[in-house]
Amino acid sequence: MPGSARGAGGPAATAWGLPLAVLLATLAAGFAFGLWATAWWALLAIGFVCVVLLAQELESRLALRWRGPFQRGLALGFPLSLLLIWELLAGAGILNPRWFPPPSQIAVALWELTVTFDRFNRSSLLGRPWLLPQVVSEQGWAGAQALVRESHVWATLSRVLGGFLIGAFPGVLIGMVMGLNRTVRMMLDATMSAIYVLPKIAIFPILMLVFPNPFGEGPKIAVVAISAFFLVAISTMAGVQGIDKVYLEAGRNFGASRWQMFRHVILPGALPIVFSGLRLALGTALIVIVAVEFVRADRGVGFLIYYYWQVLVTPRMYAALVVVMALGVGLTALLQWVERRVMPWRRN
Amino acid sequence: MSAKIVARSAEKRFQTRAGWMTALRDFDLEVAEGEFLCLVGPSGCGKSTFLRILAGLDHATGGEVRINPGPDPRQPLANVVFQEYAVFPWKTVLHNVAFGLEMRGVGRKEREATAQRWIDKVALTRFVDYYPAQLSGGMKQRVSIARALANDPQVLLMDEPLGALDAQTRAVLQEELLQLWEESRKTVLYVTHSIDEAVFLGDRVVVMTAHPGTVKTVIDVELPRPRDLSVMATPEFAALTGAVWDALRDEVRRAMAEQA
Ligand SMILES: Nc1ncnc2c1ncn2[C@@H]1O[C@H](COP(=O)(O)OP(=O)(O)O)[C@@H](O)[C@H]1O
Ligand SMILES: [Mg+2]
Repeated sequence: MPGSARGAGGPAATAWGLPLAVLLATLAAGFAFGLWATAWWALLAIGFVCVVLLAQELESRLALRWRGPFQRGLALGFPLSLLLIWELLAGAGILNPRWFPPPSQIAVALWELTVTFDRFNRSSLLGRPWLLPQVVSEQGWAGAQALVRESHVWATLSRVLGGFLIGAFPGVLIGMVMGLNRTVRMMLDATMSAIYVLPKIAIFPILMLVFPNPFGEGPKIAVVAISAFFLVAISTMAGVQGIDKVYLEAGRNFGASRWQMFRHVILPGALPIVFSGLRLALGTALIVIVAVEFVRADRGVGFLIYYYWQVLVTPRMYAALVVVMALGVGLTALLQWVERRVMPWRRN
Repeated sequence: MSAKIVARSAEKRFQTRAGWMTALRDFDLEVAEGEFLCLVGPSGCGKSTFLRILAGLDHATGGEVRINPGPDPRQPLANVVFQEYAVFPWKTVLHNVAFGLEMRGVGRKEREATAQRWIDKVALTRFVDYYPAQLSGGMKQRVSIARALANDPQVLLMDEPLGALDAQTRAVLQEELLQLWEESRKTVLYVTHSIDEAVFLGDRVVVMTAHPGTVKTVIDVELPRPRDLSVMATPEFAALTGAVWDALRDEVRRAMAEQA
């Protein structure tokens, strides 16, 4: 790290001074000559480089035991300062608050979405769980169900999880068979690869025709399931084929039967790749469901995004985007938790 | 003593895109019951091929290769000490070592007790519940050795088991291996590219010709047992390694010329 061995004084002052001077000069020039409108990308790039240099300089001066916390601070502090800058820029009218409402407004919108019940649409973000005790005592089980049904998050979550599970299990199964049996692989591989590249949202209209209720949950869950299925099947197949031959030979030499071979060698050997397929499929499931909810739904977080865009309540639109991000992060964390349970040998 | 492993005019041909390739031809060898036999030869001469045939992982295309079975039909014929990367990363040391017994349907209590005994013998007691990723190369190789020995095969097959280890670890494991073998005196076929290792471990050293592989010379190693590493400093040892190298040198040259 440059500068770490230097004492205080002349050269150290330059290490601080130069990036700081350039940063300030860049900002000043931006405002003085109205460069923000045209060359904002150059100003941002220069500014970013200066901030990185300053952060490195600061880190090199810290005692070793503070560097860890400092780095974690950067990971949290940088996005937070971006939000702060966004807030300031929107407040100053430099960013158009209609399209880029300040984070504080988005937070308020998120709160409003959570606590309000949309009478017109008969929906709410989470299903107002704080009403649960009262509703259950008055109307019983049916009341609780009604609350769940009004929740946008529950609608999206159930479609994603339902579709993901319905697609992933047969995906793993077929992928295993394709990995193990050459004939099946030859028969299915080309077809599967062709369907694999097809954006599954494109077959949504067909799925609507297939189901008795085209506007119900069936086609929505099905399109997620199909998306997950092909991703999982193809990576499972790759996982099985990618198992190092030496493990198969060890299994054979120690007399493993077909089932034992599968249970003790092939399944655990393929699991890492199977799980990377599952992670991909989960991400894709979320993308697909949001897209479907844009077009054809009166519940769901995707519906919220699209609805509030149409009526131009952008803070609420952003709030719904935040919810999608939270869902993505939560679901991924859940899958990682399962992964650590199922593959304890891959910890660290 | 009776022959445990017999190869008569054994031949192995592989079908490749360029046509048929002969890996072994007119290969004759007998390994006595309880013998520790080392196989050396230039790389590509068919050592691994022969070992794989004995392990039941491949078949000879001509002649005869067999292991004469012992009196107990339940005792497995031959197990391989694979290189260290062949221990299962998804099994703990205990379950790796118990693997063979589990495949044979030995009950949980019994197989884990047996595995534990072998883990103690290879000095991995502290690591029974570790996964291979948490072990060093030398420790993983010990797991591989224990996995084969715990299964109590009639013949132990080893294909350059210590080839990937550093010199010190290797020397330590060579000694440990000999100690383990002294206890059971199993028939061992040991493939190595190290002449020192072959002479140090073996009762006989078989030198193979460059490909197609046949037996070129057999050198009897009449060093007293039990041996330890100090035997390597004796003039007898030097004479034996010299003799092996004399037989091997031309074959290595030939193999290199063919590859060039
Ligand atoms: N499955 C295979 N298909 C085709 N050729 C093979 C195969 N296995 C080994 N060979 C060839 O047989 C020869 C002997 O190989 P191998 O027994 O691995 O040699 P060594 O172990 O003595 O180095 C080599 O020339 C190798 O390329
Ligand atoms: Mg080899």
